[in-house]
Amino acid sequence: MGPQYISSERSRGKYSAGCITVIVVLVGLPLWWKTTETYRASLPYSQISELDILLLDISVPVEVVFTRGTLTAEQQKRLLPQTQFSQKLNQLDGKTGFKYRYEKTYRAATGIEQDAIMGENVEVTVVTLSRVYESLIGSVVIYVVPADSQLFPQEVTVYIGKHRAAFLRSPVTRSHTVAEVLQDIDDYVEDILQTMSFTDDMVVAALSSRFPSGTFGTDTFTDSMTAFKSSLGYEITFSLLNPDPKSHNTCWDIEQAVNNYVQPFLDKMSVFANFSVDSQILYYAVLGVTPRYNKTSSSFTLNEESLPHVINPVEAKLGSNVASSYPVLNFLLYVPEYSHSPLYIRDSDGSPVESNTFHSSRWGGIMIYNVDHQQLNETLLPVSVNIDMARVMEVFLTQLRLLLGIQKVQPPSQSLVQSPGNMIATDWELDRLLWVRTVENIATATNTLTSLAQLLDEIGNIVINDNIASEVYSALASVQQSLQELEAGRLLSAFQASKKSITSSERAFFDPSLLHLLYFPDDQKFAIYIPLFLPMCVPIMLSLLKTAKDFKWRKKVD
Amino acid sequence: NRHFIHTHRENRSCRQEHVSHYRLFPKSLGQVISRFSVRELHLSFTHGFWRRSRWGQPFLQASPGVELWVWFQSSVSDVDTTWKELTNALSGLFCASLNFIDSTNTVTPTASFKPLGVINETDHKFLRYAALPREIVCTENLTPWKKLLPCGSKAGLAVLLKAERLFHTNYHSQSVHVRPICRNELCISTSWELTQSLSVVFDLYASGSGKREWSLFKMFSRTLTEVCPLASQSTVYLDVTDSDKVNDTLELTPPAPSVLNTTVHGKWRSYAVYNLLNPHLYSTSSHSLNIALKWKLSKQFAIPEVPVFKAERYVSGFGLQTGKINTLVYNNHPYRAFPVLLMEIVPWYLRLYIHTLTITTKGKENKPSYIHYQPARDRECPHLLEMLIQLPAKSVTKIGIEFERALLKWTEYPPDPNHGFYVGSSVLSALVPSRINMETNTTKLAPLFTRLFTSIDASVYFVRLYTEALLVNLPTPDFSMPYNVICLTCTVVAVGYGSFYNLLTRTFQIVEPSGGVAKKIANMIRRLRGVPPI
Repeated sequence: MGPQYISSERSRGKYSAGCITVIVVLVGLPLWWKTTETYRASLPYSQISELDILLLDISVPVEVVFTRGTLTAEQQKRLLPQTQFSQKLNQLDGKTGFKYRYEKTYRAATGIEQDAIMGENVEVTVVTLSRVYESLIGSVVIYVVPADSQLFPQEVTVYIGKHRAAFLRSPVTRSHTVAEVLQDIDDYVEDILQTMSFTDDMVVAALSSRFPSGTFGTDTFTDSMTAFKSSLGYEITFSLLNPDPKSHNTCWDIEQAVNNYVQPFLDKMSVFANFSVDSQILYYAVLGVTPRYNKTSSSFTLNEESLPHVINPVEAKLGSNVASSYPVLNFLLYVPEYSHSPLYIRDSDGSPVESNTFHSSRWGGIMIYNVDHQQLNETLLPVSVNIDMARVMEVFLTQLRLLLGIQKVQPPSQSLVQSPGNMIATDWELDRLLWVRTVENIATATNTLTSLAQLLDEIGNIVINDNIASEVYSALASVQQSLQELEAGRLLSAFQASKKSITSSERAFFDPSLLHLLYFPDDQKFAIYIPLFLPMCVPIMLSLLKTAKDFKWRKKVD
Repeated sequence: NRHFIHTHRENRSCRQEHVSHYRLFPKSLGQVISRFSVRELHLSFTHGFWRRSRWGQPFLQASPGVELWVWFQSSVSDVDTTWKELTNALSGLFCASLNFIDSTNTVTPTASFKPLGVINETDHKFLRYAALPREIVCTENLTPWKKLLPCGSKAGLAVLLKAERLFHTNYHSQSVHVRPICRNELCISTSWELTQSLSVVFDLYASGSGKREWSLFKMFSRTLTEVCPLASQSTVYLDVTDSDKVNDTLELTPPAPSVLNTTVHGKWRSYAVYNLLNPHLYSTSSHSLNIALKWKLSKQFAIPEVPVFKAERYVSGFGLQTGKINTLVYNNHPYRAFPVLLMEIVPWYLRLYIHTLTITTKGKENKPSYIHYQPARDRECPHLLEMLIQLPAKSVTKIGIEFERALLKWTEYPPDPNHGFYVGSSVLSALVPSRINMETNTTKLAPLFTRLFTSIDASVYFVRLYTEALLVNLPTPDFSMPYNVICLTCTVVAVGYGSFYNLLTRTFQIVEPSGGVAKKIANMIRRLRGVPPI
């Protein structure tokens, strides 16, 4: 047996080791990879990362209507009709910003509008105009009336109606040119629009979920902290707490009250979310704080500082709603015990709070309803108490407005704001809410999508099902649609798209299937792989090393 | 010695179409009922088993563990999904593991569970029944149950219900029944009726150091102080039937203001009645009521007479492959036969052989007049067997059916699988003929606790009876086995692969023989000695 045989035998060994390595790499590894991989549907990562940088483009359609007698014929000929844009950009940080644009259309009043404005009673005019002219949700109409108009009091310059129309006493000087006329008007128009659509601060507050907390001062957000987060629906629960059924036989006609006072408001708000109303009476439900007796007024006192401790023990009795996942707005009417009445809430100065109520942010409101025992003049207990629902509902509706996010407005100086009457909220107040909610929804949805994408990217073990992928796609499409609609100034469809995007993104984020394989620990994986892979890989490694060494040695020899 | 307190509360409430306003009816339960379009709901939590031969007839028996049966409204399109959502909601409401109810333990009985409320539809496809015999009832289930009461546990009889005493008892059963009832005589509109009932059996002979006296304070460590101001009726009934004359053999303090004679379950019963709305009942010094009973004569207790209708069940057989479920149904009525409706639910992992079903009475075969059998499907639905069997007078009917145990997947075993698997009790419903003539016009006077099942016919009364839950052992694997198998397989593969690899890649060459080990050692020694090697 010669050295030739030996060398051929050696190279055969090398070849077969090489072949086995190749087979293991080409067949074994893909097989192992394929059989152990988790299913991950493809997601639009690049589009989601584009959403990380959000520049909102909001446009507000505005119509400025000049009535007869405000412009000279010359001015009118040059000016009307015409459309102008005024734009403002607000870049909050590197990733978030917004710009808004007023699309101002200037035109002359039509005959019917003119007739309505000639009237003496402004409330009638407002109603007539809203009937004549069906305005779009989110749009604003400003009527410029002559300086000597008798429509509203002479000292008032701006009158804001309960629908989407406002009236401006003409500040136009007759000798001015077209550009000067527009300048005269523009300041007033901006002021009115800040009231009737939105302000910078409101949009910043709505976008606040995109920034780390503490970026802005807390003052900006006090109003938005009171209000509930945007949700698809709300459950409103009225509870009558009677801690002392032995002395008080309470009775409230809640059904009538809801139909009369709450339902019209909710019907108006139905664009905005689904509402459900229910009520209950709870007996033996006491507040968490024992009120102190005040000798001077012979009444009992709840201090302002002790109010935070009032809610917790009551909350245990309210009962959570197991049938739906909407947030609950609680309104409690508390009839104090006989031994603790009358009961008054006092602020830090010690003076009684007039309405005897308080509200808790994102939770609800409590009203204390004292029974006047002297007046009832009944000695035999229980005393039957008939609750004055008009008084109660007035308080609860104010709180409901606050909790739903209809904020108090700062009207421009020398202006008058018409009260909404029995509709509780004016049309433009609702528009304001819709603007804010749309922005807030978009901010939340983009946040959810980006953090979902980040999470899925970071943890490779998570299974991504097809239905999650489809939810992500639809959320993305809705966000984009909502952004487009905002740009086009169609508020309602923007809001609806943003609502859809929130639903889809939340559904994708909270899908339980994401958790299935998340907690498969690494040590168990190794415990299973090592008995197989270690004995298989060590010989391959060794022979590869040997071949490499051999190769190097031969090169040196050569 | 046994004594039980039965608290029954009825809440009636009207429900409007859109807005739901609750007065006495608890809102949390009302919302569940309206959200899932429930027509009738019966839920019971039971700890222990009612010993019928020792304690006599229960007012309202329930199967051990949790039992839930629900009639849905006919507007429900997808009953199974609604049922699943409903059980999840109830599970949160009552802090119980009702979420374990799935298709493998849910059945749709065809005959056994008829609606108890106002009937307008009895299509049984809207009915779902499930039992979880493994569920353990404890304080966390009692608290939500008490919360449903309008006065909570602040006033009325519910003051007595303290968990630390109630769960040191031989039997504890709490239930919630919701059914629609007529709002008035004409029955144009309906309201919901909520009945909450709690049955407890105290063993005072064991806990009370051998004395047979009892009092409310001894049992509950509380006394009654005030009545719930919202209650229209609040009464304590004390069964004093056994003593011929109340004051002869026993003494009640305070003495019962009145005695009610009525028929319950086909027997004359006399009850000492304490109407708690009566303010004179409470003692003037402590403003509380503590009902106590003392025996005057130390007479031997009479063993309660054998109930007319009772049933037992057990598993027979040996080994881990096959077995047999046996049910014994007794009719102890001296001269009247009656039919009984038996419902048996067996989980899929016990595979029933329906051809081995034998029903024998007095040594002869007894052919059931109605059989409904729905075979199980693995991991999908359980066996459901419903039969209508005629029980002759003074007879024992033996029903036997054989089964084979299935092998489960290793992830399907519950924690502690060697404890065994529960098979829920079988349900027997029967209209039992009474031995005495009942007057129907006394039903208005009847105590609250007999109101759920009203008898239509004077001569019969309805009994629903639950047998013992069975505990069956299934073959249980060693749970570390999968890992052992993986390790063993990997080792075998690795060894095979290793030798194969060696064979393929080793270079073989002939080496000159250099002598054995012996020669090497010899050479080493020689080197040490300084002698040249061989």
